[in-house]
Amino acid sequence: MVGPSSHEVAGTPVTDLPLRQAQDEVLREFSMSLQTQIETLRSELSTAIAGANSEAALETVRVSALGKKGSVSALLATLGSMAPDERKTAGPAINGLKGEIAGLIETRSAELKAAALEARLAAETVDVTLPLKPAPTARGRIHPISQTIDEITAIFSDMGFSIAEGPDIETDYFNFTALNFPEGHPAREMHDTFFMKPGPDGVKKVLRTHTSPVQMRVMQKTNEKPAASYITPAMDPPIRVVMPGRTYRNDSDQTHTPMFHQVEGLVIDKSSHIGQLRWVLEEFLKAFFEVPSVTLRFRPSFFPFTEPSMEVDVQCDRSGSEVKIGEGNDWLEILGCGMVHPNVIRNAGLDPDVYQGFAWGIGIDRIAMLKYGMPDLRAFFDADQRWLAHYGFRPLDLPTLFGGLSS
Amino acid sequence: MKFTLDWLKEHLDTSASADEIGKALTMIGLEVEGIESQGKALEAFVTAHVVSAEQHPNADKLRVCKVDAGTGELIDVVCGAPNARTGLKSVFAFPGTYIPGKDMTIGKGNIRGQVSNGMLCSNAELELSEDHDGIIELPEDAPVGVKYVDYVGMDGVVFDISITPNRGDATGVYGIARDLAAFGLGTLKSTDFSPIPSKGPSPIAPLPHQFDADEPKAIRKFAGRYLKNIKNGPSPDWLQQRLRAVGLRPINTVVDITNLVSLGWGRPLHAYDADKVEGQMVLRNARGEAFDALDNKVYTLDDTMTVIADDKGPLCLGGIMGGIRSGVTEETTNVFMECASWDPDLIAQSGRKTGIVSDARYRLERSVDPALTEPGMELATRLVLELCGGEPMEPAISGEDVFPDTVVEFPLAEVNRLTGLTVAGDEIEAILDRLGFAMEGTGPVRSVKVPSWRPDVTQKADLVEEVMRMVGVDNVPVEPLPRLTHVAPRMLTTIQNRRRIARRALAARGLDEAVTWSFISHDEATRFGGGTEDRQLANAIASDMTDMRPSLLPGLIAGARRNANRGFADVALFEVGQIFLSDQPEGQHTYASGIRTGTATLDGAGRHWSGKAEAVGVWDAKADLAAVLDALGVDIEKVQVLPEAAEWSHPGRGGRIALGPKVTLGWFGELHPALSAELDIEGPVAAFEIDLDAIPEPRKKATRTKPALALSPFQPVSRDFAFVMDRGVTAAAILKAARGADKALIKDVGIFDVFEGSHVGEGKKSVAIEVTLQPRERTLTDEEIDKVSSAVVAAVTKTTGGELRK
Repeated sequence: MVGPSSHEVAGTPVTDLPLRQAQDEVLREFSMSLQTQIETLRSELSTAIAGANSEAALETVRVSALGKKGSVSALLATLGSMAPDERKTAGPAINGLKGEIAGLIETRSAELKAAALEARLAAETVDVTLPLKPAPTARGRIHPISQTIDEITAIFSDMGFSIAEGPDIETDYFNFTALNFPEGHPAREMHDTFFMKPGPDGVKKVLRTHTSPVQMRVMQKTNEKPAASYITPAMDPPIRVVMPGRTYRNDSDQTHTPMFHQVEGLVIDKSSHIGQLRWVLEEFLKAFFEVPSVTLRFRPSFFPFTEPSMEVDVQCDRSGSEVKIGEGNDWLEILGCGMVHPNVIRNAGLDPDVYQGFAWGIGIDRIAMLKYGMPDLRAFFDADQRWLAHYGFRPLDLPTLFGGLSS
Repeated sequence: MKFTLDWLKEHLDTSASADEIGKALTMIGLEVEGIESQGKALEAFVTAHVVSAEQHPNADKLRVCKVDAGTGELIDVVCGAPNARTGLKSVFAFPGTYIPGKDMTIGKGNIRGQVSNGMLCSNAELELSEDHDGIIELPEDAPVGVKYVDYVGMDGVVFDISITPNRGDATGVYGIARDLAAFGLGTLKSTDFSPIPSKGPSPIAPLPHQFDADEPKAIRKFAGRYLKNIKNGPSPDWLQQRLRAVGLRPINTVVDITNLVSLGWGRPLHAYDADKVEGQMVLRNARGEAFDALDNKVYTLDDTMTVIADDKGPLCLGGIMGGIRSGVTEETTNVFMECASWDPDLIAQSGRKTGIVSDARYRLERSVDPALTEPGMELATRLVLELCGGEPMEPAISGEDVFPDTVVEFPLAEVNRLTGLTVAGDEIEAILDRLGFAMEGTGPVRSVKVPSWRPDVTQKADLVEEVMRMVGVDNVPVEPLPRLTHVAPRMLTTIQNRRRIARRALAARGLDEAVTWSFISHDEATRFGGGTEDRQLANAIASDMTDMRPSLLPGLIAGARRNANRGFADVALFEVGQIFLSDQPEGQHTYASGIRTGTATLDGAGRHWSGKAEAVGVWDAKADLAAVLDALGVDIEKVQVLPEAAEWSHPGRGGRIALGPKVTLGWFGELHPALSAELDIEGPVAAFEIDLDAIPEPRKKATRTKPALALSPFQPVSRDFAFVMDRGVTAAAILKAARGADKALIKDVGIFDVFEGSHVGEGKKSVAIEVTLQPRERTLTDEEIDKVSSAVVAAVTKTTGGELRK
């Protein structure tokens, strides 16, 4: 837009008449001075716009130029008093200036906005490498015993076993007598029993030495409701339960603690036998250790509450620092089992010629140690934060069969 | 028990290898704990030639020897043995060798100025005999530099097996051989138990049984035999070696014979020096006497324990251990040999009471074949006559053996019913026959007579086990257990689910799960509401594990203290486990409890660039508790939060969660500072306890459908109010009052500001609430809003005695 108005003025047709000449003269003069004015304004305003370093300064320039009392507006206002001829050339020239200045302001404003954003972004920059505090879920850990019980539960509940429970403080009857431990028998002594001091009711009580008393509570025919809601009520065959829980023996070394955890299993119906017991144990151990196969060795043994009784060894590799289940040539004793003793079935009020079944018991802490490699049982009960952080499980590591027991 | 392969072969004619025998033993239920080479401990000793032996320059009794041990150079050895002489062949230990008889490892040394690089050894040092009078003398033609065990052929194999409590018959090598023969690993060799004629009447009369009718009587039958004019002394080498190989110390011939019969036939004996018996020998119960036993300990015997006594008192604790007074020595010339039959339960009881562990007790409490009482005595007599000479007098026998003579009516199908094994009737009969069971009759049910050495077999299932262990459990076909349902139904009870959920909820809040002892110290138990006698152990394993815990907090606090002592003062621990309110089954509850110490808040412990480390406090405990309740479906806003601190809590910074007047769901608070000091834990402790059993069982629902969702199209309106009231007024009271002002319109009331200070007045506080109104049918008018606002102000000021801040 710079220049064309003078060109138009210069190109305006003129006559030879003296008046015309004079008028032309004036017009020329006027044109010249308007042009000068425009040039001056253009120059001044361009400088001012370019020099405006903030939106506010730019606004001041805009007001001084294009505001009601602005210099460009003032110039525009002169159009009204002009002759039509003059207006013809001056109008476009002044409007051109106005448009030009508005454009410059807009451009500058965009520049300033961009610069301001740039500056803000620069100012807002943080060091994203600063470390976070770990999330609560990244800190809290589930104890390996609980995780192992959840794993056992996942497997057996899928096989159709429910979870049964009984009290830790047991009567001598449930812990021993009902389970066919005769009074004074060496097998009782082998249990290193913790005895309770006599209570108000005078009933002889012990800390249960195994989870087997729950067997009797589950099997025993009775019309009485259990004393507490956590105690599994007696059921009618077919019975399929597993009974995890705390057990106690007066013994302490690297692999024995006075308190430990066991899971007992019980099947009672009219046909279950040792062949099926073998199947249940093989399937369980395979699933638990998450290996394609396990080889078990069943050895005849003795427990007062089963007959025939067996101890079971699992084939493993103990050559390295860790025990590998499912390979190798070593044997590791892992559980005891057998057909429920006819005397026990009788004690439960069932006829052993009609009902039969099998039971087994496994050390939970022991299989947890085997699977996850903890070397010392005593550390399980020490609440050492470093141990829990190392051997514990994430709160959302939920053992399921569909998602895999462990990740 | 231990035995050697050679010993086994005395009773079993077999060509099986040690490995095959080991496998068979395990298969038939005699679990092998180890198979070791007998000479293993002596592997490092070599034969050597004393090339020269000269007087030690600085010691009269020492010699400086040059020894050729086959290494190609002569070794300097200083030796103190009087028989160390030039040209002797002996046994040498290089430096670094463990010397079993001395329980030390020989090193290189300098003895009185002379270098000594090893040791020439005596029999005692190798634990081959008690002989330590000099170093071993080998024949002149003995080779030099070979392993001593190879040279003497000490290549025996020692089995160590564990015997289950029901198998008294397998506590002797003979019984083990019988089992192996039945399994098909050879032929059992018979033993000569035939009676030996007597030379005259017994100087010791049959022992009278002096018991009242109602007394416990451990003795059944006592067979004794007087052996006159014997010549006792060290037993022959074969006997000494046999005993040593299984870890027994040879003593003298007669005593060694009793051990041989005990281990060889599972038939314990006891020998008395007859000349040391004073007056009449009788059988009776003890009378509280002190008894000097052969293990050099003194026991006080009570009136449930049967003893063999003379006029001076007990000579032997029957079936368990003999006494020093009548012990047989090398000088003994007249022996009274006992072979007696005892009540296994009473032997076990006496053994338990005295704590004596002996080979005799081990066998007799498992039961010993009652048919072996007199034969055992004859066997012992024969062995004494063979090895010590002498004259046997007439047996002195009193009492009666007990034979159960069990006959089991045995349906052959029982084998298949219980095991799944298919075994033909003939095969079952053959197996039982080899084990000594006599089967009679034909058809599906047979009569089986149990042999005298298997009193543990009393019923059908026992016979099934006998058949199964001989067929091999590995031969039982594996068969899937049929499913009862195809898709398993819900398997966990409510409390089982609660425990699982509580654990995950707390771990998700950054707490570590601990598993702590069910028993704690009496002091801790008492401080946390327990400590009554019915919850105490009669035989605790340690003084800090005496009482069943009434709370999980002492265990957690002890855990935190151990962590603090290791340098980790900020811990967040929880446990979900049993506590004991009494010794009854219903006294056992499951609690979910947790503690946070130091700065171990939900945000994590310790200093961090993002903010200041805050000390844990009551709000952390309350938040943990609320999170667990929420995870269990209990809204803490809908139960009572009462300003009633637990005993363990800071009285002003603790509360109780209740459901009505009777049910307490839990407690939360900061540990009482006085208790912190007593429990020796520094810094703040925020704790909570939830009684998972106290939460009511959810109502059984007929449908899983959730209630219909009613959403209002109108925007909620909120109004703020601030009140000034006494400091003691609870937030719960304010909220309850405000919510009750218009139950239809008021959707929610929240507290957004609480402050105290002089400008609100001494003992006063300002509480600001935001009340949210939810119109349901139309937008509220100003009048309606004002009306609710006035109701809120009126209710709150009336309940709290406070006033609206202007």
